[in-house]
Parts: sequence; structure tokens; C-alpha cells
Amino acid sequence: MKVELTVNGKDITAEVEDRTLLVHFLRDTADLTATNIGCDTTSCGACTVLLDGESVKSCTVLAAQADGREVTTLEGLADGSGEMHPVQRAFHTEHGLQCGYCTPGMVMAIVSLLRENPSPTEAEVRDGLEGNICRCTGYHNIVRAALTAAASSAQGAQ
Amino acid sequence: MSILGTRVIRTEDPRLLTSGGVYVDDLREPELAGAVRATFVRSPVAHALITGIDAAAALEQPGVVAVLTVADMTDMPDQVPPEPEPEGVPPAEGPMPLGGLWAEPLLAVDRVRFVGEPVALVLTDSTYQGEDAAELVSVDYEPLPAVASIEAALAGESLLFPEAGKNVCVQGRGEVSDDSIFDGCEVIVEGDVVNQRVACLPLEGRSTAAAWVDGKLTVWASTQNAQIARLIVTAIGLPPEAIRVVAPDVGGGFGAKIGIDRESIVVAWAAKHTGRPVRWVETRSENLVAMTQGRAQRHHIKIGGSKDGHIKAYRLDVVQDTGAYPRMSGFLPMLTNLMAPGVYDIPAVQAGYKVVVTDATPIAAYRGAGRPEAAATIERAVDWYAAEAGVDPALVRRLNFIKNDQFPFVTKTGAPYDTGDYEGALDKVLAAAGYDELRAEQRRRREAGDTRQLGIGLASYVEITAADGAAGETAKVEVHDDGTATVYTGSSAHGQGHHTAFAMIVTSELGIPMDKIEVIHGDTDLIPDGIGTYASRSLQLGGSAVHKAAIEVKDEAAKRAAELFEAAETDVVLDADTGTWHIAGDPDKSLTWSQVVAAADQGLIVANVRFTADRPTFPFGTHLSLVEVDTETGKVTLLRHVTADDAGPVLNPILLEGQRHGGIAQGAAQALCEEILYDSDGNPLTSTLADYAAITAAELPSFELLTSETPTPGNPLGVKGIGEAGTIGATPAVHNAVIDAVSHLGVRHIDMPMTPERVWTAIQKAKANAQ
Amino acid sequence: MIPPSFTYLRASSVDEALGLAAEHGEDAKYLAGGHSLLPMMKLRLAFPEVLIDLGRIAELSYIRDEGSYVAVGALTRHHDVETSALLASDIPLLAHTAGEVGDPQIRHRGTIGGSVAHGDAASDLPATLLALDASFVIRGAEGTRTVPAAAFFKGIFETAIEPGELLTEIQIPKPARPSAWSFQKFTKRKIDWAIVGVAVQGSSVALINMGLTPLRASAVESALASGASIADAAARAAEGTSAGSDIHATKAYREHLARVLVRRALEEAAARPA
Repeated sequence: MKVELTVNGKDITAEVEDRTLLVHFLRDTADLTATNIGCDTTSCGACTVLLDGESVKSCTVLAAQADGREVTTLEGLADGSGEMHPVQRAFHTEHGLQCGYCTPGMVMAIVSLLRENPSPTEAEVRDGLEGNICRCTGYHNIVRAALTAAASSAQGAQ
Repeated sequence: MSILGTRVIRTEDPRLLTSGGVYVDDLREPELAGAVRATFVRSPVAHALITGIDAAAALEQPGVVAVLTVADMTDMPDQVPPEPEPEGVPPAEGPMPLGGLWAEPLLAVDRVRFVGEPVALVLTDSTYQGEDAAELVSVDYEPLPAVASIEAALAGESLLFPEAGKNVCVQGRGEVSDDSIFDGCEVIVEGDVVNQRVACLPLEGRSTAAAWVDGKLTVWASTQNAQIARLIVTAIGLPPEAIRVVAPDVGGGFGAKIGIDRESIVVAWAAKHTGRPVRWVETRSENLVAMTQGRAQRHHIKIGGSKDGHIKAYRLDVVQDTGAYPRMSGFLPMLTNLMAPGVYDIPAVQAGYKVVVTDATPIAAYRGAGRPEAAATIERAVDWYAAEAGVDPALVRRLNFIKNDQFPFVTKTGAPYDTGDYEGALDKVLAAAGYDELRAEQRRRREAGDTRQLGIGLASYVEITAADGAAGETAKVEVHDDGTATVYTGSSAHGQGHHTAFAMIVTSELGIPMDKIEVIHGDTDLIPDGIGTYASRSLQLGGSAVHKAAIEVKDEAAKRAAELFEAAETDVVLDADTGTWHIAGDPDKSLTWSQVVAAADQGLIVANVRFTADRPTFPFGTHLSLVEVDTETGKVTLLRHVTADDAGPVLNPILLEGQRHGGIAQGAAQALCEEILYDSDGNPLTSTLADYAAITAAELPSFELLTSETPTPGNPLGVKGIGEAGTIGATPAVHNAVIDAVSHLGVRHIDMPMTPERVWTAIQKAKANAQ
Repeated sequence: MIPPSFTYLRASSVDEALGLAAEHGEDAKYLAGGHSLLPMMKLRLAFPEVLIDLGRIAELSYIRDEGSYVAVGALTRHHDVETSALLASDIPLLAHTAGEVGDPQIRHRGTIGGSVAHGDAASDLPATLLALDASFVIRGAEGTRTVPAAAFFKGIFETAIEPGELLTEIQIPKPARPSAWSFQKFTKRKIDWAIVGVAVQGSSVALINMGLTPLRASAVESALASGASIADAAARAAEGTSAGSDIHATKAYREHLARVLVRRALEEAAARPA
């Protein structure tokens, strides 16, 4: 079947198998390989992207379900001039990544979390990441990155 | 001001954070254009004979290029038939497969020994076609009785390797039976401690791609050791020169990606055999049954001492479940035995082990590899003894520590500890945690009969890193005539930040700025000689090699600078802060690196070195875990985790903290929630992440890390390895904390993982015993 | 990891969905948020040949104040139920429970109707809707019928929805005292399915994962009705249940948890300020 998605601001039309998962559409058809696959039970969150601005696990969405919708991946997060998004920047300053495999999904999950809750407590960040598994960092600096990004966005907004 | 010891954020990050890492499945190399996708057909039964494989239906599916089995492997070198096991030979204790009668095939030949064992390989044009076709490969199995536990293995009614005549594949040294070491002990504790099987669970599973072009096989592998992987791939019948192994970005390893394992060898062979490039990326379900797993030891312990807290004797008997194939011989339990007494000066120590096969996933290294098991049990034993003796567990530790003036110290098990400050680490942690206040709060809650009780768990640990120091590590440092530098390291980072750390070493020695230094690893064409990353060896061996190479570059450059200055070499100095060369006492004349190198042969200064160490190093520390146990349900909440982990001078606190954080999480996970389970027929019960309880951010607190830096004389940087230390300390700290929370109810031991039901059941049992 | 091949069809209205279901019969399944069905298909535990995507039927996503009850369209996402101001004030138990389902990403896709129609006794929302005495509006070729929660959950993954029928709306009567609620979800990790769970609204008590379907703790309710204390009533929580044993918990432990959690839920509901 034919699907048309807007990915990181660019329209992509392709003929794909009906069963194509959104994550494979992004990786193989749109050739955006930052989004990773870490499990097969919707458990790990590595595949998290934004669908119409909200975090979803792209391994459990059909490309067909995202037809006509907007998807944002890690690659589309920096602004037009290449300036890192506050969450990306915070991951860098707070050492929120090690091997980097969970990172795209983690970053997108936090972007969505902060959109819905711009000043979360530490507990709200931790609970909000219950669907994202990291094996390298022990989450400590990921949580700090989220709180740092929240604080810097708050400052920026003032 | 040296950059060493300062907080430098990672040079690796901008790329990873904006365009994402490039892991094997992301590679778009021209040689992989049109690569076929590999999907393994795996055994659904734990122990069976294979009586037939029929690929006819699969071959009819669209996009199927080939279905390969062991029958197709006629172009592999003949496997030498196994020799009978000689008598009286010491146990094999290197980290190598036992082989011989216990040899593991690449694809199953006529028997499968664990659910998930690879039986056939399906090659298809696309990923999606792969699973469709693999489902249609029909394999006939004649089930055999399971050997689904250590008990079953020891009972020996069913043998996984009939020719061996037993399921015990390694009988370790030191069969222990002398009880007289406990004579005179006023307090004796004897019991069983389980160190359960866990999954390594790197977020990226195993993945390998291979292409055979013009007589050269290139293998891209998610590996921790490109050079070792290359040697392993020669098994398909190629010399090393005809093989190139590249480690792209690797999404975590934790020991499970040391070298390369059977599926990846099959993929490499398949590329050569078919002439088509091949790519294999395992699913998580495959990963949870077929990537090597960790721990899986049963311990029987006996510890004895005086009523006032002096430990006199300790005995540890280890049974290592190695899964279906002994991939690491006796290596892991040998290390467990070596590190048995931990941080204590115990007058009499006995340790022994045996290794059994079971029809489960093979066991290999997992963050700590044999040492977490030792620490988990001695720390459990010490707390258990302390509870029986009625002595505060911090005091028991203090009384029995190896004292600072006893270093270097060789333990009764032969471990040569280099340096340590065990009491200092304990003191720091107790002070930062507010130990006395915590005990007071615990007392208050106990007196009030609160439903939610507080538990305080200590673990003082020591571990062995870079045990293979003699193999060392390589480094090549080049400075170019444009003032930039390139570092080629035999180390192989998969998240540890070596590029940042090694660039810091070069900056520190040579004054070349970080952003002018490129670090390269993991390509055997560029770095044919190297070992890679495991055993927490990379900074002490790899970093020392970079350091050594940098100094050689500096010495060579000094000669060039002297020539350019027309001065004596001894009068030439490098200002490492600015990266400029001067004549001593004459700051007005200076040369840049660019100028100096341009004057060298071919405009390049290179040093290519190997650094070896003549001894392993022994990082150490103390962890304190504070937990709350809901005594009505058994549910455990981790409240605080305070640590002092000492691996010598800290090169980059940011990287050090990251390693400790990750280790603490994995260690706490083993204590609290993670376990690989099988039923009595050997069927895996935790083969997806829906069932395997990997720890998440919601279960963990933020960690409180303290600094402790006790150098080692083992290398010029004075550093030990931090990579595994956090895991080693965290498991027993959390374990002890939970038991401590309910010790006033009479609980003395609970096995890991301490699920709510386990804790609740222990409370009920203790209450029943008290009546 | 990859579902077997299927044909994807998209319905833009309830009538169209019903028509497609009639046309394809048992070869077809409805696709709502997909977070119950797609995971099963990816593990090849379910393999419908046709998926009828309901995701564009905007008319089925709503939360409406109908005076004595709130009507929630079947395709309303958990996130929208969780963040509904109307539900926060009038049926906070429901808003809270929706926020307990899965993780934030799952809540952006999963729907209340999809969760209910899936009929998993371990799910959070079915038990909560049972405690709230909700009714389920089901449309089929023959017309519309409304089934009360007590008759809706029939067995493991089995509800009153007949093949081809479509759940369109859930009607939840507004509780007399909205604040007298509690939701106790006992898990090992926050993300896990409930080992045992309890939903309380006033003196209605429903149990998660204590049987083949969500259950009302009727022994507890009748004890409360005849004046028993919370402690005495809660002691009867396991009566009439058939909890299972699995790798997560034994039956005996589940029964113990039910007693503890029912007591805690009743205490919390009673203590919450109006």
C-alpha cells in the first residue's frame, strides 16, 4: 500500500507492505537510522519517536497508521541552524549517554514528557521513563539531563 | 594545569546526539549493498536429537536465497576429533571454550542442548521475508530428558554429552573437606547462597554483517574485541590477513560481546560461502535465549569466628552452571575462588568449585565475570555472621579488613592485592550516609512496629582488574604536520568514552588541543594488533599505552625541536598547556607542533607501542544501600545508594561516575528483580522483556558517589579499572539491606532476586519459627 | 518481531468498520491503538489476515458530560482520559487508572475501548470500570445494545462483544462521592502488569488479576454493607476468586495481597477529603 508521512518536516511517499512497522519505515524507507530497535515486546522504548508531537513506540505503530501524520525523530530535533535542542544539549553536558543505543528514544521520550510537564519533579521524570530501558547509565545522568533541560527551558522562557 | 582529573564532557556525544550512532544495522557501506538478511532457525526444545531438517517449504517462499545447515559447511576446515580427556591434568581455567568432548558446533549437528540453539540459517532478500521463511523450515526433533537445573546436572540421570559420561565438565582445584578450620569458632554460620542467572541485556543485541570481496572477508561486528574476533573467524578457513573485522558503534556489551560467537561465525562463513554480503541482527527474543548470560552459581558457605566479631575461617564451595556449552571452562568460578575472602584478612580460607552443564543458554562473562559472585557471597556471609554474633556489620567489617599497612597483601587464595584503603572507604560512606542516624531511625521504626521498615546494607568489596596485564594493550600516536594528532588504540569502547579519555592523555602530555585529536579503534586493517575492552583493563592498559606512545612522540619531537632551535635536546621544553616548544629560559622563541613535525621525516611523528603490566590491579570500595521494606507485602523500595569506589587517580570524573552509575544499576537489578528462569523441561520462562524484569529509572534512586583515589604502582597512570566495580559492590549492598530490614523479625537470609513474594515468604517463615 | 502478512483496511466511520468486519468475518480484527493486538502479532501469537484500522474514526474519541454519567468514546486514548478535567473532578478513579496503564508512549496510542475489548483480567481499566458499574455500548449489524460491566467480562480475553460487533462508547455513572476512590496496583516494577490490583469507588471493590476476568470482591462488599469494619471486610477479599500461580506470584501470595490491598484501598478511599 501507499503511505505518505511527513518526517522531520519532509514529505515521504512510498509503497510498502501493509505490515510495515513505522520504525522500519523510518530506518529503511526514510533512511533515518538514529531510531533503534531494542526489543520485540514494546518494552524498551529505544524506538520512541514523536507522532504529531507526542511520544510513541514506533515499533508498535504501523506505517499505515501514521499515514498523513507528522513524525519527528532524533535527526529532526535540532533547529534549522543545527543548534541542539535543549534536551540534546543537556544529555551532552550531563553525560546522559554512554553507548548511545537507547539515547534517541530516551531523548524523544523526554522531549514529549517536558512538553506535557515542563517542570517535573525527579520522581515524575523517573516514572515518566518507565517505558525506556538503559543498560549503561543507571539512569542517574539521564534524569539529570531531563531536569537540566527543563530548568534551561524555563530560564529561556523567562 | 593538567586536563587530567577534570570534568571533560565527551567528544563522542555530538554525533551520537544529532545523527545517532552507527551500529551494524545502520551501516550503509557500499560492500553491503544488496546484502541478504540472515534469520536463524532455532531449537524450540531444550534437549533433543535432530532427526531431519526439511527446507523445501521455506525455499519456495519469495525472496529466499538459501537455507544453510551444517551439511552445507563442507568448505570449512575439518574439525579435529576430540582427544580423550587426560587424567590428572589441572582444570582448564582460561577464558576459552573447553572444547574436546564438550565442543560447541557452529550450527547444531545432530543434537540440540538448549532452547534457542541455532540449527539452520535462512538468507532472504529482506528482513520481513526472513521470519516468514524461517517459520517454514521443518526440523524433526526426538526429545531427550531435560537437564534443567544444577541438581539435575549433578544427579546425572540425563547426560548432555554422553561421551563425557557426566555433566560435570570441570572439576576445580581445592576440593574442600577439612572442617578443622572451624574448630574453636564461637559463632558458625553455614548455608546456601544462590547467585542467580541473569541476562546481560545490552540494548543492542548481537549483530554482524559480512562481505566477501576479492579474496578478503570484511566482518562488521558488534564486538568488544575486533582483533580477537578476527582470530576467531579464521575458523572458517581463512588466514587472518584475509579477514578484516570492524567494530562500528557498539550498543553495549558488558562482557557478552567479547570476541565473536557462533552465530556471527556462521554469518561470516555464509558471506564467503554464498558470495553475497550478509547482515544479521538478532531480535530481543533471540537475544534472551541465545546471547550468553551471566552468574548462575550456587554457593555453599561456612563462616566462623569469635563472638566479638573476629572471623577465623571461611569456606566457599561453588557450583557453576555453565549452560549447554562450557564456553569459559573453569575461568569464572576460578576467579570466584580467587576473590573468595574479599577485603578481609581471614586466617583460614578454603575455596573449591565445579562446573556443570545444563540445557540452558551458555554462560560467559557478564560485568564482573566471577568476581561479583565472590563479593556477593562473602559480604552476605559477613552480614549473616554479624547478625548471628549480634555485632554491628560495619564493626565486623572494620575488625577484619586487611589494614592499610598490610599492602601489598597476598590472600590465602593467592590473590596479590596491590593497594587498598578499605577502612577509609567504609568511613567515607558511613559518614556521608549518616549511618548512626539511619540506625536510630531503624530502631525507632522497629520499636513502633511500623509496617515500613528500614534496611541498611553494607558491602565492602575488592575485585581484580586487568588480570591479563601481560597481554597488555597497543597504541599508536601520530602527530601530523598540520598540528593534529591521531590515536590508534587496541581498546574498544562501547560506551565508556575512551575517545575522550585517551585524547585527554594526549592533550595532557603533548598540549595538542582535544578538538585536534582523533581517536580510532576497532578496525583490524588500521589496528591489526590489540586486545580490546573487558576486565576493566582499558584505562590502565590502553590508557597507559597511549601515555607511553605520547611520551615517545614527545621525545622524538624534542629532537626535531632541538635541531630547529639549534640547541641541545636537554634545553628544549614542551609547554603542555599551550602545546608549544621552547628553549628553557627563553620564552620568546617558540615552535608549534606543526612546525616541529613538518621538520620530521615525511612530516609525521609516530610512536607505536605495546604497554604490558606485570600484575593485575585491585580496585575496591564500600557501598551502602538504604531500603524500605513493606513488611505486609514484601515490596522493597530503594531509597538511597551511597558509594566510595576506588580505582586510583580519577582521569575524568564524568566518565568515572557514568561507569559507577551503570554498574550500580545492574548490581541492584540482580539483587532486586532480574532473573532468567526455566521450567523443569528446560523451556525459558523469561525470553522477552515483558517477562524479564530489567530495572528501570522508576525503581532506582539517584546515587551518591564519594571520591577515593588510592593509586597502584602497576602502571604510570597509577590507575585501576572502574568498569565493573559498581556492579560488584551494589548487589550485596542491596541484598544485605533488604535482609537487614527484616532481621529483627528473625530473617537471616533471602535468596536473590528479592521479589516481594520472596521477602514476604521469608518474613512469614521467620514469624512461624519464632512461635 | 515481524507480524505475518495481512491486508490493512481503513474505516472512516463506524458503519464502514462494521461493513468491513461483516465482509471479512473471522479473518479480520479491529485495530484501535494497536498496543494489545500488534504486540501479539509481532510475536506471531495472533495472525489475523485483515486489520480494520479504526484510528481515523474521530467521532469515537470524546469525553462528554451527560449529566448523571460521563460518556467516553471507545477510541479515546488513555492519555486523554488521564488528563480530562471533567473526569478529574467527576470520576477521578477513572482518570487516575488511565494514567497507570503502561507507559507514557503506550498511553499516547492505547484506547480505553481497545483495552476493554481485549478483556485481559490483568489490565487496569476493566476492573476500574467494573468498580464504577460502567456500561458498554456495542454496535452491530443488528443495532445497538448496552451491556452492564457485570455482564461484560465473560472469560479469559472474552467479552460480551460478538464477532463483528464494535464497542463504541463506555458510560460511567458519576459516583455520589467522587473522591472516595482508591487504586492499588501492586507490581514488582512500575511498568509491570499488576500482580494483583484493587479499584475502589465508595464501597464498590473490584479486583485485578484474581481470576479469569476482573472481579467484584462481593464478599467484601456484602461485609461492608452489613456494617463490618474495613479490616474485617478486607479479610474476605480472596473469597470467590480464582487467582493463578505464575513466575510473578503464587496463588497464596496473590490472595494475601488481595486482602492487604483491599484494606489499604478502602482506608485510602475513606480518608480522602471530599
